[in-house]
This record gives sequence, structure tokens and C-alpha cells, in this order.
Amino acid sequence: MTAGAAAPVLELRGVGVRFGGLRALADFDLALRPGELVGLIGPNGAGKTTAFNAITGVYAPTEGEVRVAGARVNGLRPHRICARGVARTFQNIRLFRELSALDNVRIACHAGARSGFFGAWLRTPHHRAEEARIHDRAVSYLEVLGLAGRRDELARQLPYGEQRRLEIARALATGPRVLCLDEPAAGMNGAEKVALMELIRGIRDRFGTAVLVIEHDMRLVMGVSERLLVLDHGVTIAEGPPAAVRRDPRVIEAYLGDAYLEERHLAPPPGDR
Amino acid sequence: MPARLVELLQHLVNGLSVGTIYALIALGYTMVYGVLKLINFAHGDVYMVGAFSGYYLAGRLVPERAAGAPPPGLAGATLQAALVTLGAMAVCALLGLAIERFAYRPLRGRARLTSLITAIGVSLLLEYGFQLQPIRGLPVAFPPGPTPRFFPELLPRADWSLGGVSLSNYDVIGLAVAVALMIGLQLVVYRTRFGTAMRAVSFDPKVAALMGIPVDRIIAGTFALGSALAAAAAILNAVPRPQIHPLFGLLPGLKAFVAAVLGGIGSVPGAMVGGLALGLAEELVAGYTASSFKDAIAFTVLILVLLFRPDGLFGRARVEKV
Amino acid sequence: MRRLRSLALAVLPLAVALPLLLGLRAVAGPYLTIVLLDVGVNVILAVSLQVVNGFTGQFSLGHAGFMSVGAYTAAKVTLGLADVQLAFLPTAASDAVVFAGALAAGMAAAALAGLLVGLPSLRLRGDYLAIVTLGFGEIIRSVIENSPWLGGALGLTSLPLETGVVGVGLAVVATVVMAWRLLRSTQGRALLAIREDEVAAEAMGVDTTGYKVRAFVISAAFAGLAGGLVAHLIGSISPGNFGFVRSMEIVVMVVLGGLGSISGAVVAAAGLTVALELLREFQAYRMVAYALLLIVVMLARPQGLLGTRELWEPWRRRRTGGAA
Repeated sequence: MTAGAAAPVLELRGVGVRFGGLRALADFDLALRPGELVGLIGPNGAGKTTAFNAITGVYAPTEGEVRVAGARVNGLRPHRICARGVARTFQNIRLFRELSALDNVRIACHAGARSGFFGAWLRTPHHRAEEARIHDRAVSYLEVLGLAGRRDELARQLPYGEQRRLEIARALATGPRVLCLDEPAAGMNGAEKVALMELIRGIRDRFGTAVLVIEHDMRLVMGVSERLLVLDHGVTIAEGPPAAVRRDPRVIEAYLGDAYLEERHLAPPPGDR
Repeated sequence: MPARLVELLQHLVNGLSVGTIYALIALGYTMVYGVLKLINFAHGDVYMVGAFSGYYLAGRLVPERAAGAPPPGLAGATLQAALVTLGAMAVCALLGLAIERFAYRPLRGRARLTSLITAIGVSLLLEYGFQLQPIRGLPVAFPPGPTPRFFPELLPRADWSLGGVSLSNYDVIGLAVAVALMIGLQLVVYRTRFGTAMRAVSFDPKVAALMGIPVDRIIAGTFALGSALAAAAAILNAVPRPQIHPLFGLLPGLKAFVAAVLGGIGSVPGAMVGGLALGLAEELVAGYTASSFKDAIAFTVLILVLLFRPDGLFGRARVEKV
Repeated sequence: MRRLRSLALAVLPLAVALPLLLGLRAVAGPYLTIVLLDVGVNVILAVSLQVVNGFTGQFSLGHAGFMSVGAYTAAKVTLGLADVQLAFLPTAASDAVVFAGALAAGMAAAALAGLLVGLPSLRLRGDYLAIVTLGFGEIIRSVIENSPWLGGALGLTSLPLETGVVGVGLAVVATVVMAWRLLRSTQGRALLAIREDEVAAEAMGVDTTGYKVRAFVISAAFAGLAGGLVAHLIGSISPGNFGFVRSMEIVVMVVLGGLGSISGAVVAAAGLTVALELLREFQAYRMVAYALLLIVVMLARPQGLLGTRELWEPWRRRRTGGAA
């Protein structure tokens, strides 16, 4: 990844997902380079989460190809794709609710563990060293997300915003090349959202991870990402730098009638009227 | 007719006769699963209670038979058999309502495992409660205790031979009643308000509730309907195979569950086809290989279905929303 | 030196338990011994079932089936080697070695059975799995009943009575330590993750199918150990000892103690065993009482006595665990 820094870490070519007759995603192309921060936007039901599920292996794509760091991952089970370096968060938070914040993150550090069950039973030095390493790594990720003081609390007892951050800490702990965040700011107020986006940018800068963010709030995602992809009814309708995308008439049309226009997050540019 | 054909036809007749029983029980599993997404673990025991209800009712209705009096005419016997069957169905419908009301409804919305464990509890309670010694002072000897009882002969048996294939009036009546019940059920599910509501609840209970459907009542009604069908199956089975005891619902219950999964759990036609297919498969495999494998066939079928077509023959693929 | 220390750490619990158990054997009278052996076997069964039902969140109803595989395998080994005398050992020690080998063989066979059951059925969701394991338990039983080599419905008799307080005690310690160390390791946390949210566990890199199968195999192996001990405790076994009722007894213990709690399983197993011993004249009501217990616990306190906590931390929400 040194000389070919421009080589994509995540590449989707012509990816489609069908459920019976329903086409949830069609002909989806995406190339994500190391350290890039890309926003994936679109109205409800546009296929954003479906795209995430196709990338992370929850659904096997019915058409096209998904490559992670050059290797084809179509049809692999999610844990294998995770091991290749793709981590995600969930739109409707899916933490391990009855486990502590620390345990949530430690589970995500699990993939590299080599000691196995017998190591655990015999408490071998190798196993103990590994446990210590996992513990330290988990604590450091909690610190990055500002959750160090919460490590012993149960995930379900954390306030909502912290649960969202814990999900990001957990995803980061898998050591991803690509971090997929599914509406990480959902349900937060304006100030919290801005702080979160700053945090995401900071994570990208610190770990060099490519980040793909699904976000409903267009204004927010425009402020933080370098590139935007707009989906509507499973089809990519626009792609490019935020400034260009926001003036794209097809994007405006897709959002017409949606709440966004009323909120004037996406006032049509002067001259279009 | 050539002997091999006779043998095959005989197996088909026997398989259909058992298969209709499985199908009727499987309907209860599949309907309850449809509305609650819960496997009613106690359903096989409702079937057992159905047989015992019939046993006790027949004991009250047909006391002169026990005393050795001349048998009633055919019309009288048919009427008695119908009354016993309907009575057992009513008892089981009430039992189904009670189970739903007191064991399952308080737990709705909690973890699935909680309902499953409660269902197992209800199942054990019926199985072992029925094995206790009779309570003194009751008009009938209830609970029946652990020793097997013999179901009375509601109708005189008549055996026929059609080109070497032996067939009894029990087989014919059983098949006719089962088919009638299935057609009736199909009409209830697709032609009545209750059936429409049931399908709506099955599709999405939350939305159904928002549309003004009384979800609790529909679920209760589904339990009653499924339990009544199990009781009918129990009577149809107990007349030709009269030995009944408190644990005898376990195996038919498990097999009917397999039939429901084979047909696609949640699907009404699937349960019918699954039941018949399982009955035929059992009879054919047992007939042509070794009968000691008979009980293992159901589970082999289950494993094969789950490996190769986990949604069953008529089931729709479920996609978990993430 | 380091190697030596790590070896000491590995077997420390057994080394501590051994003199205590020898002392217990010396002071316990015959009646107390029988009760203790029963308690010990049930603790092994409950804690091993906890690995699947409590830690991993699956629901197995076929534990007695695995127990029977262990029991019959161990019995076949001791019967086959009845006349073998290891030349370099006195008779009693030689018999003990053969017995230990038989128990190990029983565990291995039960583990294999766990693998065979686990591979196809763990693709299933909880409620399906419960019924399939129940079916498998019944299949194992009917296979044994139809195998003259295994004594058919009558079973195997005149097995050497090798099971004693020390053997059962060591097996209990080994089982509890196994579960405890598992729970506090990265492997154990992977199991907990599956229980909490299978989709999220998979997305975080946990091979959920692989871990479920492993949990099943581990659980089956220790059920097999309990089976081997039971066989050489009574001296005879038959398929009737390992039916559905036996499986349900173990499930009741685990549910009552709290799914996920090791000490809860121990307390519930010991408590129920002793209670049954004291209420012998009410044997007929045993299963009815179990049934009511299951229903009442689920309606009133679905997390069981202890939930996922341990006995010594009732005031805390839950242990947070540290690399011990």
C-alpha cells in the first residue's frame, strides 16, 4: 500500500442486490482509497444500508464484484470480510447489551487471538500475554472515543450518544482498513452531530482508515466528507465533491417532497426556480 | 394385481392414514408459529389431552357399552362418535385458550427463550400431571395415571379388501374427516374476517394492531383453532390405534413439527402436504427396509430439509433486517 | 522455571482440591457420600450445559443423550479392560488408571457426538435447535435400545464401582475451572457475543458457526464425563437412565440458577439434588414440580436466581472481568 497509495482499499463494481423481484441496489460502483472519507446519502429506502450489507457480507451480492484490498470477497461470511479489514456500525445500535463497554471492545479485538480454548483453560503464558494485549488495546480504543471512564458499565446502561460512540470503538478495534458507519449521528442534536463528525475525521487522520458514512443529514455530511455518493431507488444518481453534488438537479429532485427540503438543508440554488 | 403393486398400494394407504394425523397436528404448529413466531412446544401434549378428553367423554356417553349392553345402531354410533369428537375439540380449544392466556401472553415481547422455556414447562406439566394418581371425589378417574388406557371402539370396525389391499372403514372415515377439516380451515383462513385478521397478524402484528385488529383475540383464536384440530387428530388416531397414555403425544408432536418444517413453517397448505409426505415417507421406508428405523426417519428428514431447503417446500425465505 | 510456574497455575485448582477431597472422603458417612456424589454429578451436568445454554445463548434439550454416549463408552472400556493389570502398578492404582482412561474415552466419544449433532443443527435459530436436540437425544436412546452390543433396553451391568468422592470432586473442580476460565477469556467472550447479538458478533469477526459448534463439543464432552462417572457409581446403566426427563432435569437446574451464571448453576444443581433427596416420598410429583418451577420462574423471574451474575457479586450489575 505504499507505492500504490492510490490503489483502492474497497472497490465495488456493478454490484446489485435483489430480494425476489425487488431490486434494492443496482449497478453500484464505488472505489474507496486509503484515508478517504466518503459520504453515502439518499432518501429513505434508497439502498444505502443494502450497500453496506453487500459490502460486509450480510447479503451476498446477486451481481457484480466486491474487492477488499484487491481480493474478491463476494459471498464470504461476514466474519471473514471483517478479517480482511472491513468493519461497520449498525443503524439501529447492535451492541452486546448485557456486557460491559470494555467487553464489547475486547470481543472486537478477538480476531487476532491465536491461543485457543486449551490455552484459556491451562492459562498458558502465551494466553495470558494475549489477554493482556487485548485488554490494553481495548482500553486504548475506549480512550480514543472518550469512553475510558465508562469501561465497566453495561452497554445498555450508557446514554444514547455514548452507545453510538461505543459502536465506533468496537468497529475500530477490529483493525479495519475500511470503516463503514451507518448513520452514526442519528438521533443526536445539532451540536452533538458536529462534534461526532469532527471525531470521525480525527479517527481517519489518526488511523489512516478509509471511512464510508451513511448520513441522513446532508448538510452535515457535506461538511465532513471529501466526496459524496447519492443513491435513489437503488441507483447511483450523482457522485463527486459535495459542492457539485448539492447543485445536481437529480439530487434535488430525489430529495423533493422529503423533509429535507422543508428543513431547508437543501434549498434549491438560485436560478433553478 | 401383482403382489408388488399390492404391497405398494398397501403402504400408500397406511402412509396416508398416518400422514393425515401428522398433517392435522402440524396445522396447529404452523398457525401458531404464523401469528406468534413461537413453536408451541406443548402442542403434542394438547393432542394427548384431546385423546383423553375423548376417552372420558366416550366413557360418559357410551356407558351401556361398558356394561355389555347391545351396541347402538349405526346412526346412533355415528352420532356418538361425532359428539365425542366435537366434545374433545371443544375441551382442547379451551385448553389452548388457557395455555395462551396464562403461559404465553404474559411473556409476549420478552426474549424468545423465555417463551420457549415456559412452553417446555407447560408440556411437562401436562405430561406428568396426567401421570399422577386420580384425585378422589371426581366423577371420572382423573388424572388417568401412568398406565396406558384403551380408547373405546366408537364405531364398529369393518375391514375390506380391494384387490388384495386391505382397508378399513376407519381409514376411509379418517381421511374424509381430515380432508373436510382441512377444507374447512382453508375456508376459515381465506374467506372469513377472522382468517383475514389472522393473516394480517401473521404478516405484521404491530401494523395489524394499528389497523384496529384485536391482536390478542386473534392470537387466542388461533390457539383455540389449532388445539381443536389436534384433538380431532387425536380421536381419528385413537379409534384405530386405541392405546393412549400421558406421554404418547411426544413423538407425534415432534413428527408433526417436522412435517410443519418440511412444508414451510407458517404455511397452511405446507403443513398439510408436509404431514402427508412425512407419513408416506415413514411408511415406505419402514415397509421396504427395517421398521426399527421408523422413528428416526422424521429426524433424518428434518436434517435434510434444514440443510438443503431451510424454509421448507412452501415457505418464503426470511431475510433478517439488519 | 517459568514453564514450571505456568504448569503449577494450570493444575493449581486440582492440587488444592485433592487433599480437601481426601479429607472429605475420610469423614463422610455412607449416606452423605451418596448425596455428595449425586450433587457432584449434577453440578458437572449443569455447568457443562451452561456453556451452550447460558454462555452461547443456544438451547439444547439433549444433554442426557451426550451423557449416555459417555456412559456407554466408558462402560465398554472398563468392561473390556476388566482383566488388564498394568504390570508396574498395584491393582488399585492400575484400576484407577484404566478408569481414568475410560472417562477420557467417554469424553472423547461424547465430544464427537456433539460435533455430529452440532454441525447440521447449529444453522438453526434457538427454538428449532431446541427441538432438534431433543430429537437427537431420543435417537441416541433408540439406537442404544436397538443395539444388542450395548445391552439393548436392559443395558450394561456389573460395571466396576470405581466412582468415589475424590474422582467426582476432581471432575467437578475441573468442570467449574473450565467454565470459569473460559468465561474470562477471549474465546469465552466470543460465545457471550453470540448470545447477545449474533449478527453483530459475526460482523465483529467472530466465526459464529465455528464457535457454536465448539461450545456444543465442549458441553457434550463434560456431559460425557458425568455419564462415565454415573455408570461406575451405580454399576449398571440402561437407556432409561438417559431419557428426556434427565435432560429436562439439567435444563431446570440451569434455568433456575440463571442462564449464564456458573455459581447459579452450581447452587441450583446442589439445591435441587438435596431437595429431591429430602423429599423422596414425593417422587411422583417431581416432574410436575419441575414443570411448575419452570413456568413460575419464567413468569416471575426469567433471569433465574442469579441472572448472569455470580453468587459473590449480588450488589454489582455484572462482573466486568479482567485478565485474571
